Parts: sequence; C-alpha cells; structure tokens
Amino acid sequence: MAVEERDAHTGYLTTGHEWNGITELNRPVPKIIWLFLLSTFAFAFLWWVLMPAWPLGATYTRGLLGVDQRARLADDLAVAAARRADWMAEIEAKPVEAIRADPALMRLARESGRTLFADNCGVCHGATGGGGPGYPSLVDGAWLWGGDAKTVAETIRVGINSDHAESRVGQMLAFGRDGILERQAISDVVSFVRSLSDAPLAPAEKTGAAAGATIFADNCAACHGEDGRGSTDVGAPDLTDGSWIYGGDRPSIFASVDRGRQGEMPAWEARLTPVQRKLLTVYVLDLGAKQ
Amino acid sequence: MVSTLTTTERQVALLLSALVALTGLALAAAGRHDPLGVHGFLILVYGLGCATVVARGYYSPEPDSERLSRYYDEPIKAGLLIAMAWAVVGMFVGVWVATLLAYPEFTFDQAWASFGRLRPVHTTGVIFGFGGNALIATSFHVMQRTSRARMPGQLSPWFVLVGYNLFCLLAVSGYLIGITQSKEYAEPEWYADIWLVIVWVTYLVLYLRTLARRQEPHIYVANWYYLAFILVVAVLHIVNNLAIPASLGGAKSFPVFSGVQDAMTQWWYGHNAVAFFLTAGFLGMMYYYLPTRAGRPIFSYRLSIISFWGITFFYMWAGSHHLHYTALPHWVQTLGMTFSVMLLVPSWSSAGNALLTLNGAWHKVRDDATLRFMMVAAVFYGLSTFEGSFMAIRPVNALSHYTDWTVGHVHAGALGWVALITFGAIYSLVPMLWKRERMYSPALVELHFWLALAGTVIYVFAMWNSGIIQGLMWRTYNESGTLAYSFVDSLVAMHPYYVARAFGGLLFLIGAVAGCYNIWMTIRSTASAAREPTGDRPVAGAPAAEPAE
Ligand code: HEC
Ligand code: HEC
Repeated sequence: MAVEERDAHTGYLTTGHEWNGITELNRPVPKIIWLFLLSTFAFAFLWWVLMPAWPLGATYTRGLLGVDQRARLADDLAVAAARRADWMAEIEAKPVEAIRADPALMRLARESGRTLFADNCGVCHGATGGGGPGYPSLVDGAWLWGGDAKTVAETIRVGINSDHAESRVGQMLAFGRDGILERQAISDVVSFVRSLSDAPLAPAEKTGAAAGATIFADNCAACHGEDGRGSTDVGAPDLTDGSWIYGGDRPSIFASVDRGRQGEMPAWEARLTPVQRKLLTVYVLDLGAKQ
Repeated sequence: MVSTLTTTERQVALLLSALVALTGLALAAAGRHDPLGVHGFLILVYGLGCATVVARGYYSPEPDSERLSRYYDEPIKAGLLIAMAWAVVGMFVGVWVATLLAYPEFTFDQAWASFGRLRPVHTTGVIFGFGGNALIATSFHVMQRTSRARMPGQLSPWFVLVGYNLFCLLAVSGYLIGITQSKEYAEPEWYADIWLVIVWVTYLVLYLRTLARRQEPHIYVANWYYLAFILVVAVLHIVNNLAIPASLGGAKSFPVFSGVQDAMTQWWYGHNAVAFFLTAGFLGMMYYYLPTRAGRPIFSYRLSIISFWGITFFYMWAGSHHLHYTALPHWVQTLGMTFSVMLLVPSWSSAGNALLTLNGAWHKVRDDATLRFMMVAAVFYGLSTFEGSFMAIRPVNALSHYTDWTVGHVHAGALGWVALITFGAIYSLVPMLWKRERMYSPALVELHFWLALAGTVIYVFAMWNSGIIQGLMWRTYNESGTLAYSFVDSLVAMHPYYVARAFGGLLFLIGAVAGCYNIWMTIRSTASAAREPTGDRPVAGAPAAEPAE
C-alpha cells in the first residue's frame, strides 16, 4: 500500500493509494481548467457589479446598470402598448359597422382578433369558431340571442347563464324529468321537431310528427315560436335551420327535451377590457359573415 | 435472504415489521374517512408481508462466521433487481404520459389516468424507484469494496432497502388516488416523508459505520460523492417537507413556508435533488465502475478534488435559476444565475476526468458496450451540465423557461447521463455479484446500448426543436403590437415533436426491457465455479463478529 507506481501509458505516477484495483494519477490540474474556472468567476463578478446581486440586510446591492426586472417589464409592456395605440384607439372610437367597412382596420382586427379569440373563446367555441357538442357555432349565421353588433357585444359582456348580475338567462325546460310531458308525447314532439328541419323521417316518426305538432304549439311555441324559428328574446334556438348545438339526431333531441338544456357562457366584463371585447365583437361578426 | 441474518437480527426484523404493521393499522383506523386510510392499509399489508418473509425463514440455520470474510452482497442483488423493475414501470408510465401529450384521449376517461396524476408516477418511478434503488445498491457495493470492509451487521442494509421501497410505493400509489403536496419531486405527504427520514438516517449511519471500519488509509472519491448524496438529500428532504398536517387522520398537510419563500425552498430543494441525487450519487457510481471496467487509473486525483468541492459548493446556490422572471427578487435570481455559470467548470472537470481516464482504453470502449454506456453517459453529463448553465443565464432562460427545452434538458441528463451510467454499472455488477463469466448475451447489451442512445437522441432533439419553437411562438409579436400566436397554435406546432418524443421514449423502454431479460437469463445461467474475482474479499480477519444491531 501507498506505493506510487508509474502508469506506462501516460508516464505519470499514481498517488500511491489503491482501492480494489482502482488507482489515481497524481497529475496536476490542466491549466485550461484554471483558465476556464477563472473566466467564469470573472463573468460572475462582473455580473454582480452590474446587476442587483448581494443582500445587505434589508436592502441589496443595486448594480451599476440600475436594472430592475419589474421596471423592465413595465417598459416592455409600454412599448407593445404604444405599437397598438393608434389602431386600438381607432377601434375604440369608431362604431362597429364603420370598422367592418374599413379594410385596413379589419386586417388588423382579424390578425389580433384571431389570437384573442383562440386564447379566450377557443376552448369552447373551437379555435376557428366552429363550435362543438354543447357549444354553438359562431360561424353558421344562426344566432340564439341575435347577430347584430350591439347584441353580440352584450352577450360577450354579461355571458349566458353566467354569474354576472345582468347575465342573459336562457333555459330549455326539462319536460321529461320534471314530469311536464309523458314519454310518448316527448317522442311525438321530437318527431315533429325533426320534421321542421326536413330531416329524413322513419315511417313511425311521420305518424308521431302529426301528433307532435299540437304538443309543440301548446308547450314549445311560446319560446321557439309558432313556426319553430326560435326567439332571440329568450335565447331559444331556431329548430328549422338544421344547425344544432346539442345534435340533431333523434337521441340528442330527445335528451334536449327530456332533461332540458342550460348552456353556460362566461361573462367577460371583468376579464377583458372594453376594447378587447369590441375587437372580439368585430371578429365574431366577421366570422359569421364569412359563411 | 433471511438465512443470512443472525437470530437476533431475525428477532429485530420481526419486531420492526410488526411496528410498521401496527403503524399502518393506526393510520388505517385514524384515516378511515380519508385517502390516508388506503395508505394505512397498504402499510399494514407491507409490514405483515415483511413479517411473513422473516417468519418463514426464522428457523433456517444461522449463517456461519465464514460470512465475515466475505462482503455482504445479498441486499445489493435485491436492490439491482428492484431498480430494474422500477425502471420498466417508471419508463412505461413515461411513455404513457408522453403519448398523452400527443393523444389526450389515452386517459380512457379515468381520473387516476389523468396527466397530472400519471406524471409524478413517472418521475418518482424513474428517479426514486429506478435511480434511488440503483444508488443504494451500488453504494453498498462500492463502500464495501473501496473500504475493504464488510458492512457492519446484516439487518440495516435490508431495512434501508425495504423501507425505502415502502416510501416509493406510498408515493406512487398516493398520486393515483389523489394524494400530493403539489411540490415537484417532493409530492409525498407528511407520513411518507417522516418514514423516509427514518430510513435515510439509517442509511447515513450505515454508510458512516462501514467507512469507519475501512482498511484503507484514504477514502476513495466515489465515497465522497455517495456521502454527499446521502447527507445533502437528508437535509433537503427535511427542510422542504416541513409541513403541518391538517389532521392526524388525513393525508393533507400545509407547508410551513408560503408564497415566494415556499417557491424558493422548493427549488432550492428541486435543484439540489438534481445535484445531489441525480448528479453526486451517480458520479460516485461512475468513479467506481468506469475505471474498474476500463482498467485504467483515474486521470487526475487533483481534478477530482476541484470538481467535488466545486459541485458541492456551487450547486447549493443555483436553485433560484428555476424562478427567473418571477416574484422572486431580482438579486436572488442573479445569484442563482452566476453560481450556475461558475458550476460549469467543476461539472466539466468531472466529465473530462471520466473521459480522459479512458485514454489507453479506447479499444475497450469500442468493443465493450458496457463501458460504452458509461463513456456516453459522461458525454451526456458534460452536455447537459453545459446546457444547464447556459439555460440559467437570464436572457436565455427568458426563451427556454416553461418550454419543452427544459424537458429536453432534463432528459439529456436523466436518460443520457443517469440511466446510461446506471445501465453500465449494472451490466458490470451483475456478472460480478452472481459470479458469472459475463452477461448472458453481450449482443443484447449492444442492442440495449443502441436503443438507449437512439431513444435519447430522438427524445432530446425533439424537445430542443419543440421547446425553441414554443418559446419563439409565445414571445413573437406581430406588427400591430399583439401576440402573433395563440397558445393553441403552439400546441398544434408541438404535436409532431410530441409524437417523436413518445417514440424515442418507447425505444428507451424497449432497451430497458431487453436489459431485464438479459439480467434474468444471466442469473439463471449456471455459475462458472471459480468466478470469484481474486481479491474480492474484505481484508482478512478485519471484521470481528459484531453483535447484531
Ligand atoms: C366556457 C365555455 C365558453 C367560452 C370560454 C366562451 N363561450 Fe361563448 N358561449 C358558450 C355557450 C355554451 C354558449 C351558448 C349558450 C346557450 O346555449 O344558451 C355561448 C354563446 C355565445 C354567443 C352567443 C351566440 C348566439 O347564437 O347568440 C356568443 C356571441 C359567444 N358565445 C361569444 C363568445 C366569445 C367572443 C367568447 C370569448 C371571449 C366566448 N364566447 C367564450 C360557451 C362559451
Ligand atoms: C322557456 C322557453 C322554452 C320552452 C318552453 C322550450 N324551449 Fe327548447 N330551448 C329553449 C332554449 C333557451 C334553448 C337553448 C338552450 C341552450 O342552448 O342552453 C332550447 C333548446 C332546445 C333544443 C336544442 C336545440 C339545439 O340546437 O340542440 C331543442 C331540440 C328544443 N329546445 C326543443 C324544444 C321543444 C320540443 C320544446 C317543447 C316541448 C321546447 N324546446 C320548449 C327554450 C325553450
């Protein structure tokens, strides 16, 4: 033990220790390591001098550059805001229809509206507004509450069945669950509803549809209208246009009538600024118009 | 295994098992209206299981004193096998969560299979299950060999191993039923944490006692690293898990720190877990198995010293680089960043020391996949420590933070470094421990090497790409002064990389499964009679018969 040996391959002596066959060469630390080590130290030291770095009791060394991450962020946000300022001001000032008539402004609105929509509304309405089961399409031109600028803006502000004090309230009653209609009556009215949008009916459905017509007039017309074209006063959808929120196949319609529906659209007043909401209104109207 | 224990040890083992079972019973009763009850029951069953094993071997003949002239290898063997089992489980869940990110429907609508619950199963399974067991097993091997001393007593290594795996089981099963502290890599709740403290302190004491019995004047480098790993992990674990249980009949607890202090404590812990669990421990492994396999002296003893003290000192400060651009004061971020930069050279010194040790043995690297595992591991170690220091620089971090780049970086370390060095060590160890000429199939080791390397490279490249794209998409403004991309846009752009990542992970998993098969077949093959390496004995006469602990 503790016999230094010369390693034939490198020519260095070992440290003289041996652990189960392992030995170590007694070789100095290569110069380049010291060099690198010192340069990282120098870098660190420089950074400490320039930036906020070391605590001093209740305060800290501020650094020669006077950088503060909070101030930096505020600056960055201000720069971005400045870039948006002129056209956002225009959006704010002009009426929606005037904006929509201005191609240059619309280009900007589409560009910024797209990400705003995808980030806030896309989870429910789909990134391109196409909707999905339970969430209405905003591009099909069919509106629950109305498709004019004022109405859409209001829907976005207060939401539907949301926790906003002025929320729109729309409810499809649970005719089956709450015992308002018998199963057979529901079945018939479902057949009738399907006939409204000219869905291909099975023979059994055709007979049911005749009986369903009166049930519809008695129970449904108040909200969905005599002709089933819906009412934007109570947010009842048009049942004749072939576009469906919850599905137009028989089981889905049956489920709508049997257990009722009450879709929830959050209110955005507290989360988005008035300009952002106006931008979204423009964007949503534009989506609807494209079809 | 019970036959290697003395009668007193068997009695103590029975007593300990009974204590565990009773604790489990108490928790099951106190927590019967809480998920804690499930864990109480699990602990009870675990305790009873251990008691049964001991009871069944209770009357087997006592080991003779000839054992004292050998190293105590049984717990090492068990630890390696357990580590490989965890590897397969943990990596399988890893591939699953990777698939989930590309195809979210793979939760099969089950709450327990949601991403948030499976992800910690993956991380705990591979880090603590695979990595931890491999560290414990190899440390038992290395500390005995480099001290030329048998472990004192036979019971405490088993206590450490079996106890540690109870902790892992509690952790992993807890996530599935919704028990978590929500601290990354420190998810298990208070009762599991307390248990780990008991196990870990026993581990530390065992290590120190073995070192105290050493027959060599100096302590070999590998032991410094293993000791740093054990000691610092104890400190980290205790401090970060300081919490007050909401009730003794419930799993939930609340940390004593709050707000940014809690975040800082968590990432001081988190980064040092990387440093001392995933780095120091595995460096210990590398410092033993790489030179023995290569048959070369360590390149430079002095370089070892620089890197050891550099790593232990600088890492301690670096945690705050996980909180750049957050509510954490700017000056703390500066310190985290600069210390991370200074950490680079000590880290590279370790990697360099390993690679340069291979000088004179490169032909072996070419021919021997086991040694090549360790060589490539050292390369990845160098790569990921460079990347880590680079990503800690604030302006770089502004791009990389919260993106897949971080995930890629972690896996360059976890797959490329930790797992590869472990596989290298395991393939060296298995023939030694089971006294076989070599692994059952060197071709399978070769296959495993290429699968692991390909998997790692695919994984890491996919995540570099996706991370940088993601980072750029999140920060790009259009000319009208608003963000150019929505979050969903970035997800759509990630999809192909997520598929590639899952594929890379799958290759890595297949490699591990091949490894298991190879190990299994090696154990089953007949022992070559005189395959005890010469000199693989504690220094004769040294270990006097010890009273059982
Ligand atoms: C949590 C899901 C959800 C989110 C997010 C959401 N919506 Fe809705 N939205 C709905 C639902 C559900 C309805 C239909 C409510 C009903 O059935 O009565 C609806 C209805 C609407 C309507 C009325 C459609 C009509 O036919 O009158 C508009 C306009 C609308 N959403 C716009 C938006 C915009 C703009 C955003 C983003 C700022 C948004 N929504 C975000 C769920 C959502
Ligand atoms: C109190 C007003 C009211 C009455 C009465 C009413 N509805 Fe509705 N109905 C609604 C509203 C509001 C909705 C939209 C619910 C939503 O989207 O959340 C709706 C939705 C529906 C839908 C789903 C449409 C889709 O696009 O998926 C069907 C089908 C329907 N109603 C059929 C009926 C039938 C049949 C009756 C009579 C038996 C009836 N409704 C009576 C208010 C009413």
